[in-house]
Amino acid sequence: MAGILRYGAYIPHFRLPRSDIGNAWAGRGSRGEKAVANYDEDSLTLAVEAARDCLHGWDRSEIDGLFFVSTTSPYREKQGAGLVASVLGLRSDILTADFAHCLRAGTTALELAKAYTETGRAASILVTFADTRTAHPGSPQEPWLGDGAAAFLIGKGRSGAEWDSFVSVSNDMMDIWRTQEDDFVRSWEDRWVKGRGFLDTTRAAVDRVLGESGVSARELDRAVLYAPDARSHRQLASGLDLGEKTQITDPLLDTVGVAGAAHVPLMLAYALEEARPDEAVLVAGYGDGADALLVKTTEHVSRLRGRRGVTGHLESKRRLANYDRYLWYRRLVEVQPPPALLVGSSATVLWRERKSILQLNGSRCKACGEAAFPIQRICNGCMAKDAYEEIALSESRGRLFTYTLDYLASQADPPLIQSVVDLEPGCRLYTSMTDADPADVGLEMEVEMTFRRIRKAEGFYNYFWKCRPVR
Amino acid sequence: MGTLRDKTAIVGMGCTSFGELWDQGVADLIIDAAYECLEDASMDPGDIQAVWAGTLRSGLSGTVVADALKLRNVPITRVENHCASGHDALRNAALGVASGLYDRVMAIGYEKLKDTGFPGMGVGRGPHPTWMQHWTAPTAFGFIASRYFLANGLTVEKGREILAHIAVKNHANGSRTEKAHLRNLVSLEQVLNAPTIAWPLGLFDCCGTSDGASAAILVRGDQATQYRNDPVYVKGIGLSVDPVMPYFRAGFDYLGFDATREAARQAYDQAGIIDPREEIDLAEVHDCFTITELVNYEDLGFSPAGTGWQDVLDGTFHPEGPLPVNTDGGLKCFGHPVGASGLRMLYEIYKQLQGKAGERQIRHARKGLAHTLGGPPQVSCVVIAGNEKDRGNP
Repeated sequence: MAGILRYGAYIPHFRLPRSDIGNAWAGRGSRGEKAVANYDEDSLTLAVEAARDCLHGWDRSEIDGLFFVSTTSPYREKQGAGLVASVLGLRSDILTADFAHCLRAGTTALELAKAYTETGRAASILVTFADTRTAHPGSPQEPWLGDGAAAFLIGKGRSGAEWDSFVSVSNDMMDIWRTQEDDFVRSWEDRWVKGRGFLDTTRAAVDRVLGESGVSARELDRAVLYAPDARSHRQLASGLDLGEKTQITDPLLDTVGVAGAAHVPLMLAYALEEARPDEAVLVAGYGDGADALLVKTTEHVSRLRGRRGVTGHLESKRRLANYDRYLWYRRLVEVQPPPALLVGSSATVLWRERKSILQLNGSRCKACGEAAFPIQRICNGCMAKDAYEEIALSESRGRLFTYTLDYLASQADPPLIQSVVDLEPGCRLYTSMTDADPADVGLEMEVEMTFRRIRKAEGFYNYFWKCRPVR
Repeated sequence: MGTLRDKTAIVGMGCTSFGELWDQGVADLIIDAAYECLEDASMDPGDIQAVWAGTLRSGLSGTVVADALKLRNVPITRVENHCASGHDALRNAALGVASGLYDRVMAIGYEKLKDTGFPGMGVGRGPHPTWMQHWTAPTAFGFIASRYFLANGLTVEKGREILAHIAVKNHANGSRTEKAHLRNLVSLEQVLNAPTIAWPLGLFDCCGTSDGASAAILVRGDQATQYRNDPVYVKGIGLSVDPVMPYFRAGFDYLGFDATREAARQAYDQAGIIDPREEIDLAEVHDCFTITELVNYEDLGFSPAGTGWQDVLDGTFHPEGPLPVNTDGGLKCFGHPVGASGLRMLYEIYKQLQGKAGERQIRHARKGLAHTLGGPPQVSCVVIAGNEKDRGNP
C-alpha cells in the first residue's frame, strides 16, 4: 500500500494579531492571530517552501510526479505544478497536475496521488498545497483567512501513515465562492452555509468513512477536522461522539487561520508530528462537499517530518507591523507603483537560464574547483572553458558579506535590504533579504535562501531567490 | 606595449553648465559643448575629421551628434562603457590621431538624465532580467562602505563622519565653480543628519544626477603649438574592464576596485609616473559617492591601502593640501551626466594646467589626473594630462 513517506510545512514569517483587524473595523475578530504571506510571496512560492521543507535531505531524482493544490494559483492559465517541479529540480519525465477551485482539493489530491502510485505508474508523487485567500476588508471572514502551505510525499515504501478508507461526498451549493472576476471570497447566509453546508456534509462523510472502515468514533486517537472558524470546529467535533482518548488536533485557527486547500494537509502534518505508531487518525475536509479518510500511523511515523514542519514554523514568527502593512502585503490597497525598472523581463531568458534563476544552481570548475554563481562557462579562476559541473545552492546557508538599506530600490516595503551573500559552496550572490527587520541585520549574519516572487513584468511573474535570516 | 605619451594634445575644450536643464534637450547640450570647444580651439565644424561620442543612454549611434551639429561626411562612433564612456571616447579619439589617420578629432560626452521622470539613475540594469533588477547606484557603492569601515577598524559613526568630510570639501569646491550643478556649502552636521538613501550612505554622500555635455578637440602632439601656445598633452590613458560583477565574485573584499588599479597602472606606465602622490599635482576622481572617492585615493596610489581615511582627516585632498582632488566640486557637486563626466573632469584639469581656473587655480599645476569608474563597478579609465612635453618627445 502507498502512504505518506514524508511531509513538510510552510507558514509565512509574519503574523497579524486579530486585534489589529478588530481595531481597524470596530471590534471584530479579537482572538489569536493569522499568518500573512509577505509581499513577495504567493501560493506558488509558499508551495515551493513547503516542498523544500518536506524534501530536506531526500533524493529528488526519485520523485515521479508533482501536484499543486491551490485555489489561489497566481495564474488562471498556466500550470503551477510545472513551475514548482522546475524550481525543485525534479526530472522532466514526471506527471504534473494542478488541483484547483475547491477547498477540499487537498484531501482529494492526496487520495488520487495514493491511488496513482498504487497503480505502479509512479513510485512517489509530491503533493504540494498552498493558499493565500483574501476576504473583503472589514468582512467577518477577514480575520479567519490565513496563508499557509504543506507538502506530502506519497508513495510505496517505508510509509509512516497510510489509509484504506476514503470517502467523498459531492454537494453543490452556493455557499462559498469566487467568480473569475472576484478577488475576495463570497458566501451566502452564514447559518445555512455552516449548518446545511459544512456541518451536515462533513458529518455525512465522517459517518461513511467510519462505517466503511468499521472503526467507531470513540476508538479514534486523533481527529483532524477542517472548519471555517473556531465555533464551527467546536460544533463539528462535539457532534461526532469522539472518545475521551481522542485528541482533537488544534485547527490552527488561532495561529495560522484557515489556509484554504492547504489547511487540512497542514493540520494533518501537525497531527503526525505528535502521533505515535498505530494510531487511528480521522481526517475530514470540506468544500463543495466533503472528503474523509481514516489514516493509520505505522512504526515509521516519527521519521516523516521534514525540516521544520508545522511546529518549527509556528515558533518562528514576527508580528506584522500593523493592519496597513497587511493591506499592502495582500494587495488590498493600491499603493504607489514601484519605480519603473530599467530592465525588462524576458520569458526566453528566464527559460534559458532556469537552472540558475529558478533552481539557484551555480557552477564549479572541474579544473581548479572555483565555484561561481550564476553558471559560468569560462572559469574566472583558471579560464578553463566548458569544464564545469552544476552545483545546487538553494539549500545552502550563507553569511551576509555586505549590505545596504536601500530606500530607492523599492517602495514596496522600504528599505530594501540589498545583500551580498557568501554561500557555503564558495559562491557569492547578489540578492535581497526578506522576512527581516532592518534593525536586526548585521555583517556576517547567517542566512538561508528562500524562493520569492520578485516582480510582475511583461505581464508575467518573475521569481528568484532571496536570502532571509535563518528561521 | 607602446605609449600615448605626448602623441596627442588637447587644443580646445568646452563644457556646458551641469544641472537640471529642463530647457535643454540632448542636441542643445551637444551644440553648446561642441561650439565652446571649437571656439576655444579657433576651429570650425568643418575642421573636425572624426568624432567619438560617449553616452550611456542618451541616444544610439553617432547620429545624435551628426543630427545636432549637422556634420557631413565625418565618421562618428558612439562609445558606451558605463561611467567611463566619456573617457573612453577620448581614448578612441587619441588612438585615432596617434594612428596617423586623423589630424583633428573631437571627443564629446553628453547625457540627458532628467527626461526620465525619476530622480537618480533609476532602478535596475540591463540586460539581464533577474540579476540586476533591483540594482541602484547607491547600493552598488554602499556595499563598499560597511566593509571599508570594518576592515579599517572604524565604527559606522566614525566612518560616516569621514565620508562627510569628503562631501563638505566637494561642496566647498563646487561653490566656487560657476558651471557646477550644486553650489551650496554644507556643514558636517547637515551631511550627517541628512536622510538615508542606501544605508550607510545618506543624501550628501551621493552625487548630483544632472544633464550636461563636454567636449575636447585633439590634434597631433607634434603639431599642437600650431593651434595654440598652451596645449595640454595627453600623457597616458588606461582602460580596464574587469570580468565578473563584484557582487558575484567570490572573495572580492569590497575595499576598492581592481578596474581602477589596473587603469591607473596602465596610465602611469605610459606617463612614466612612479609616485603618483608626488608627481600628480591635482586629480579629478570618480566621486559618484563619498565612499567611492575614499577608495579611489587608495586604488590610484594617492594613499597606501587602508590609510585614505587618515589622509581625509589630514586635509590632504583639499585645494590647499598636497594633492587637491575634485577642485571643481567633482561628480558630487559639478554633477554627473554620465557620458559627460569624463570630459568634464578633463575640462577642469585642462583649465588648471593652462592657469585659467580663476579662484580655484592650483599653484604650479603641471600634471593632472582624471579617473572614471563605472558599472557594477567593473570599468575604469584613467587619463593623465600635462602642460609640458616630456624631454625627448618631438
